[in-house]
Amino acid sequence: MIQKDAKIVEHWFGLEKLESASTRDGFGKGVVEAGEKDERVVVLCADLAESTRALWFQEKFPERYIELGVAEQNLATVGAGLANYGKIPFITSYAAFSPGRNNEQIRTTISLNNLPVKICGMHAGVSVGPDGATHQQLEDIALMRVQPNMTVVYPSDVEEARKATIASVSINGPVYLRFARSNTPVFTTKNSPFEIGKAELVWKAKKPEATIVACGPLLYKALVAAKELSEEGIRVLVLNNHTIKPMDKEAVVRCAQQSDAVVTIEEHQIMGGMGSAVAEVLAQKYPVPIEFVGVNDSFGQSGEPDELVEHYGMGVPHIKDAVKRVIQRKGP
Amino acid sequence: MANISESKVCELEVKANEIRTTLIEMLTEAGSGHTAGPLGMADIFTAFYFHILNHNPKNPFWEKRDRLILSNGHITPIRYAAMAHAGYFPIKETKTLRKFGSRLQGHPERERLPGVETTSGPLGSGLGQAAGIAYGARMDKKTFRVYCLMSDGEQEAGNTWESAMFAGKNKLSNLTAVIDRNNIQINGMTEDVMPLEPLKDKYEAFNWHVLEVDGHNIEAFVDAVEEAKAIYEKPTVIIAHTIPGKGIKEIEFDYTWHGKPPKPEEAKRFLSELRTLGGKITCGDL
Repeated sequence: MIQKDAKIVEHWFGLEKLESASTRDGFGKGVVEAGEKDERVVVLCADLAESTRALWFQEKFPERYIELGVAEQNLATVGAGLANYGKIPFITSYAAFSPGRNNEQIRTTISLNNLPVKICGMHAGVSVGPDGATHQQLEDIALMRVQPNMTVVYPSDVEEARKATIASVSINGPVYLRFARSNTPVFTTKNSPFEIGKAELVWKAKKPEATIVACGPLLYKALVAAKELSEEGIRVLVLNNHTIKPMDKEAVVRCAQQSDAVVTIEEHQIMGGMGSAVAEVLAQKYPVPIEFVGVNDSFGQSGEPDELVEHYGMGVPHIKDAVKRVIQRKGP
Repeated sequence: MANISESKVCELEVKANEIRTTLIEMLTEAGSGHTAGPLGMADIFTAFYFHILNHNPKNPFWEKRDRLILSNGHITPIRYAAMAHAGYFPIKETKTLRKFGSRLQGHPERERLPGVETTSGPLGSGLGQAAGIAYGARMDKKTFRVYCLMSDGEQEAGNTWESAMFAGKNKLSNLTAVIDRNNIQINGMTEDVMPLEPLKDKYEAFNWHVLEVDGHNIEAFVDAVEEAKAIYEKPTVIIAHTIPGKGIKEIEFDYTWHGKPPKPEEAKRFLSELRTLGGKITCGDL
């Protein structure tokens, strides 16, 4: 059942009762709040003000909004320069371009310099929809989590995205924030706990048989899968692993110890993503069978967000199947 | 113009020679690194650290300091040598260049050595960082100046022109870029590898004020830097024509010296050449 401490919305099950919004809206709201609290916050934009929601900051703080044009390498280097001087820059673009195109500039001028630039990758995952494979970034977690000094956060809904954006200001170093385009269920609340680096248990069962470790908007599908599995008599834990780096190893290991099997879920390549990071932890600390739900070494294509998520194997039935498989693998 | 006295110029020329000597010694000790570019920029680095920059070697994080951004990180040995002579760290530490545990990394790292403003090496990323610093400083009405030293080879990098466009658009007059126009890069002459000319026209088209000087004429270089301060409408780029390997005849104009250090027996020759140069400097009061 839902963990009370998670303080998610009361009627979370059943889409008709839920609000729906995109995590990029959470960024848009959060960065305005961050700007109100801290004058050092500036927002850099590469010709995508409306769709990244950088526009909302521009409307409020035009003097702290900096337009770079279609120039993502410069987005990173100018961001690094502003942080070097003493600002807290949020650099915004589609994840396909930043960090997709400017990976080296991020590595050398932001991560190696260890500067507090907040890299905001929008339109991550296949759920971008009709734009197709070029714009569906599926490798960014892998790119960002291997850079030393980098923190990587992937919020699960609009409210958590708002909190993550604000919280990133207090990290005195580079942060990668991953956001999605399409509207997804709003199931966390103002009162849901959120701290960068701390995973939250959202669904709990006695004597769990497996743990679902999820990040991003697919966390909602993990909860739906957990509820449906419980109706079939299968008991799981669901962990909101929003911070991929530095990962809350204690929480991941604790869940693995309690359940002895893990399923990871993310809208990203299986290779190198959050699931891989979980596997790195568990292989060393507490090896258990793991099943990975994500995109399996493939590019996306045009389509509607939901049909793409289903097509690439990240729907509720896929999560439930993965849980059943991993439980079978546990042996006697 | 009298932006610098004759005697000061002479003093700087002597200092540049001392810095070249340190450079050859440190490169020889390191056994790897770049020789031609650093030698060619010895006069300009000397002019910066001993005349132009408003800085404090004892307090490298002083907020009001001018920022000197080195974009082409591979010539960092000349920066290290100039910094050591200026008092940022002991000259003997230059012998640790490129060695394990050294603050003097093969390519400069901001986090390791105070006074190095940015990490650099991968080309084309310095101008954007310099522009970012200049933009932030102007937002807060700070009056320090930002200098960005670039190679000519990195004018081939797209990032450089993205940054040039940004600085031109924003009229970052507190930013002065310097291009080391020595015409060589790893694979040969720049005009063979990928022609850059007309470089002056390109920067003017990007809304920059462009000056061209002899990069070994310290007086002319200082004058250009002063002129840049007077230009309020645009950022300025000084295209400094330099001789790669300047100061050592065997190395001058030879692109094969881009990325290798002197061998010990060569170093002996080079050092003796540098040490006898004193007599060649045509200054009345020396």
